[in-house]
Amino acid sequence: MLDSYGTEAKERVGFFTDTSVCIGCKACEVACKEWNLVPEDGLVWTGESYDNTSELGANTWRHVAFIEQGEPEVDALRWLMSSDVCKHCTHAACLDVCPTGSLIRTEYGTVVVQEDICNGCGYCVPACPFGVIDKRHLPRQDPPALPLITKKEDGRVWKCTLCYDRLKGGHEPACAKACPTDSIQFGPLDDLRERAERRLEKLQAQNANGARLYGNDPDDGVGGFGAFFLLLDEPEVYGLPPDPVVTTRDLPGMWRTAAIATGALIAGVAAAFVGGSR
Amino acid sequence: MSSYYGRPVLKEPVWQREIPWYFFTGGLGGASSVLSLVARVSGNELLAQRSIQIASAADAVSPLLLLSDLGRPERFLNMLRVFKVTSPMSVGSWILAYTSAASSVSAFLNTIGRFKRTADLARLASAGSGAPLAVYTATLISDTAIPVWHEARHELPFLFGSSAIASAGAASTIVVPPSDAGPARRMAIGGAIVENVVMKAMEKRLGMLGEPYRQGEAGNYAKLAKACSLGGAALIGLGGRRSRIAAAAGGTLLLAGEAALRWSVFKAGFQSARDPKYTVTPQRERAGYGPPSRTRPDSAEASM
Repeated sequence: MLDSYGTEAKERVGFFTDTSVCIGCKACEVACKEWNLVPEDGLVWTGESYDNTSELGANTWRHVAFIEQGEPEVDALRWLMSSDVCKHCTHAACLDVCPTGSLIRTEYGTVVVQEDICNGCGYCVPACPFGVIDKRHLPRQDPPALPLITKKEDGRVWKCTLCYDRLKGGHEPACAKACPTDSIQFGPLDDLRERAERRLEKLQAQNANGARLYGNDPDDGVGGFGAFFLLLDEPEVYGLPPDPVVTTRDLPGMWRTAAIATGALIAGVAAAFVGGSR
Repeated sequence: MSSYYGRPVLKEPVWQREIPWYFFTGGLGGASSVLSLVARVSGNELLAQRSIQIASAADAVSPLLLLSDLGRPERFLNMLRVFKVTSPMSVGSWILAYTSAASSVSAFLNTIGRFKRTADLARLASAGSGAPLAVYTATLISDTAIPVWHEARHELPFLFGSSAIASAGAASTIVVPPSDAGPARRMAIGGAIVENVVMKAMEKRLGMLGEPYRQGEAGNYAKLAKACSLGGAALIGLGGRRSRIAAAAGGTLLLAGEAALRWSVFKAGFQSARDPKYTVTPQRERAGYGPPSRTRPDSAEASM
């Protein structure tokens, strides 16, 4: 994956988010916003447990989900918390479909938007099987380059960079640094996968209900996540897709279909000339 | 079915109204280039000239629509910074740039009536890239995580292709006298029929994922598309041969139907992204999961 970096290639790093020890403090959300200068995009009360950020997006790169399970006064309440983030897929659809080359694979194996290249075409947004990346509609900060055709909003897409700048400086990403329970663990991906397996075994030995790893399998639809999870329920409960697939996996077939349709179009036009001009 | 507070799993596309209109103009322009070439080869000069003018007009509008949709329009040239076969938008940008240049050169030289050989070469070039231009937009939207687009990847190129044939036929039917517009009329009628058959087959094969194409705004556009395309085709078929007025009215109606068809497909994508069930249910079935299990909170006593 990192062959093109040659000797500059680094060990692939990522996150293992162990939701079984998440306490919902949102330190990761705050640390991420602060370090990456992610702008404030409105303060609302959703009424959805302790969650007022609701989803990942252009202005939320870590999102803590809160799920309250069980009927009040019948069952004991089970309160699930999970800090979601860009998955930095091994086969990343956003990167594949980006027509400008703005989205790149870094030497650490992470997926990053080069904001000085992005022209806001928006293709990566529906390409992402997790709904992570999004366009920023807040007012643009830098002066317009060509005033006549420049828009007032930022207009580019944004997402987690896995703190590319911090990695360059030899530091762990801000969210992992701030996490008080080590629910967010940062490190070489291979180490994290081993650690996750051991953690799962331990939880299963303790009869933990619903514990499972999500995104640790290199043979899944996106070739494994760079940022994977230990969940306590099915993925969709947390708003995650049960079987995500990189859309470009099917692209060779789609190009073949397009070629056949192109031939059919030419044949169809030619057929219309049978019988002359009248 | 469970999801997180009923929220979508996917993001809705951020594309605006320019994009379905581009699907329409791209199809119209691309298929008109092909029409122009075949007309020239078969010796129908009037049809060849009018259709290349339609193509160049459509190909001039298309880049403006795309530019206007960008979040950073001043960076539109970044599209031509790389060529990526993994990105149908990258491939399409090159196709559009090439077709647009070729069709405008050919139309200009045709109109001034000079440099006939160059004009014909440009026409050949624009037809060669016009055919994929009319189809690739289907590949572009199929290559997303949007359920009703990705799962419709086997049919959408044929739907967009037949819609492009109908559009090009309809436009030329309007501007070419009936005595020379026979092939255009047959394209209009044939394209409209094929497109409706493909749409029906697509919805049937998609099963549950066919629903968004029939519901809400997408459903309204689909009904409009069906009525206008079949109505326009009927008008062209019954009166287009004798009456210029019937041909023009039928052509206009058919063009409206083709625009509505593109809008219908566009809106269906948004609707399927908005409702998490269209993302989660097919994925659960694909992965072989059973129905969602009821997790019992009282047995969740794992000590850390």
